[in-house]
Amino acid sequence: MKSLFRFPGTATVAALGLAFLYLPILALLILSFNENDLITIWTGFSARWYRAVFTNADMLQAARNSLIVAACATLFGTAAATAATLGVARARAAWKAAVEGLLGLPILVPEIVTAVALLLLFVFVGFELGLLTVVIAHTVFCIPFAYYPIRARLAGLDPALSEAAADLYADPARRFLRIELPLLSPGIAAGAMLAFISSLGDFVITYFVAGPGATTLPVYIFGMIRIGITPEVNALSAVMLLASILLITIAFLLGRHSDKQSDKGNG
Amino acid sequence: MTDAITIAAVRKQFEGSAHPALGGVSFAIRRNEFFTLLGPSGCGKTTLLRMIAGFEEPDEGDILLDGRSVLGLNPNRRPVNTVFQSYALFPHMTVAENIAFGPEMLGLKRAEIRERVARMVALLRLDGMADRKPRELSGGQQQRVALGRALAAAPKVLLLDEPLSALDLKLRKEMQIELKRLQQETGITFVFVTHDQEEALTMSDRIAVMARGEVMQIGAPVDIYEYPANRFVAEFIGDTNLVAATCIARDGAAGRFALAGGAEIVAGDAAAVAPGTEVTLAFRPERVTLGGSLTAVMRHAVYLGTDALLHAGLPDGSVLRARLRAGGVSPPAEGTAVGFGVAPDAVRVFTP
Repeated sequence: MKSLFRFPGTATVAALGLAFLYLPILALLILSFNENDLITIWTGFSARWYRAVFTNADMLQAARNSLIVAACATLFGTAAATAATLGVARARAAWKAAVEGLLGLPILVPEIVTAVALLLLFVFVGFELGLLTVVIAHTVFCIPFAYYPIRARLAGLDPALSEAAADLYADPARRFLRIELPLLSPGIAAGAMLAFISSLGDFVITYFVAGPGATTLPVYIFGMIRIGITPEVNALSAVMLLASILLITIAFLLGRHSDKQSDKGNG
Repeated sequence: MTDAITIAAVRKQFEGSAHPALGGVSFAIRRNEFFTLLGPSGCGKTTLLRMIAGFEEPDEGDILLDGRSVLGLNPNRRPVNTVFQSYALFPHMTVAENIAFGPEMLGLKRAEIRERVARMVALLRLDGMADRKPRELSGGQQQRVALGRALAAAPKVLLLDEPLSALDLKLRKEMQIELKRLQQETGITFVFVTHDQEEALTMSDRIAVMARGEVMQIGAPVDIYEYPANRFVAEFIGDTNLVAATCIARDGAAGRFALAGGAEIVAGDAAAVAPGTEVTLAFRPERVTLGGSLTAVMRHAVYLGTDALLHAGLPDGSVLRARLRAGGVSPPAEGTAVGFGVAPDAVRVFTP
């Protein structure tokens, strides 16, 4: 097979593409250590903005809200997605296509539409806006993100495994706990991770449905920027970036480990 | 004594399929027998096996286990266990955990479970592998774990869905003997699905030959081979000469048949055929002898070691195959006219 890199210019284009993707983030990281009050003028290295971030009570409250929302939405969304995966797998072919389409739709629908729709719904039924409405809204858009990795994992499993468990006298509950859940766990972990990251970073939907006292980090950052961009925003973003990378790495390592555990050899 | 399994007028048609997978099948499987469902792919044998296990439900008819209907019972409530074609070993469990799964789900005491696992490990020669994961085992070892896992649940009937198809020839031969030994040692009724006629003939007490959702013939291997009930069975099992002929005379049960072009063959059992009827005669190549009134022109000989397979042209243009002991005798030269003979008791008559 001819290597892609033999075509002239491929490496250059790739390097430019990567630079386009990561240079802004790199600039943000460097400037977060800037000593100066103005973010664009470098005057020296300092961790003062990180100190400022971790002593800002409002910011810490927003971070706490973000974590609570992300944890709840991930838990509920992933549970619903797992149930959907197993249900769809057992459904008739015609239903399968319809349900799969509907499950994926929230990813395709412009976020602003989901945001307005949810806001209208909460107002219509008289639901007071607060942290709970944010959790509900995040659960809604977390389901499709969690669904696809779990479905991909299930598709790679031998359907005879569930049949074998049933054949060996396991009722549906024990089939799920002893066979399906452990075998799906790499997919569930990947799905949960995606859901968590999506929830943590969401701004549009949260901005619409968050009530007083339910400010999350992205909404808080947006508020800070409106007043004026300080290196504190950079430091806060850098901390969020670090947390996300950490999570992804953990999920990746977990997934790889359990893949090794459960994949059948060819010997 | 009631039969282990009774299949009563079972019909099944899958959604979107023009032909029924099973078109009203009825037969009984006796207790403690090694029973084989044999047929080409798509004949309905696997569907029938999955119905006995409870993974499919018939559209019509009934399935009885020990005389009691199991219709509507989920697989986890049927006292049968399955060895899957893909083995379906639980990849996240060790060999011992796989084998213990059935007994555990049955709620047996821990000591009893340990005892059963130990018995299966010994019975299936899996010593030293109890703590390994399935992926660390060879195909033959995985196969034995699958057998042990199904047998550890002490089924009344063991269902085997083409369990040897993934193994290489040498291992398959070993496992055939092993399976027969297991069946005799445990005394459990085995229902074995295969498309491999040799496998079926080697292991089975009785065979049901299936085609297009129907049972073509049920009988002991020797009956199926020597007395095929119809043309399909004769062609599917072993090698067969099929020649078109017309009945010219009857003498008691025996009949004389004329082939187009002049040759004649006598069949010992032709009681159901009236003179003038057009029939197909079937006889095995190994029942054809040198020396006789059936004249054919030698085309070529294939040397098979113990035997030689001769191909000769009959006057009607069809090919006659004769399988002769190779030792000592050199086959007739190509192009010479040779007289062949067929013992009357070796000839089966099919109408049309």
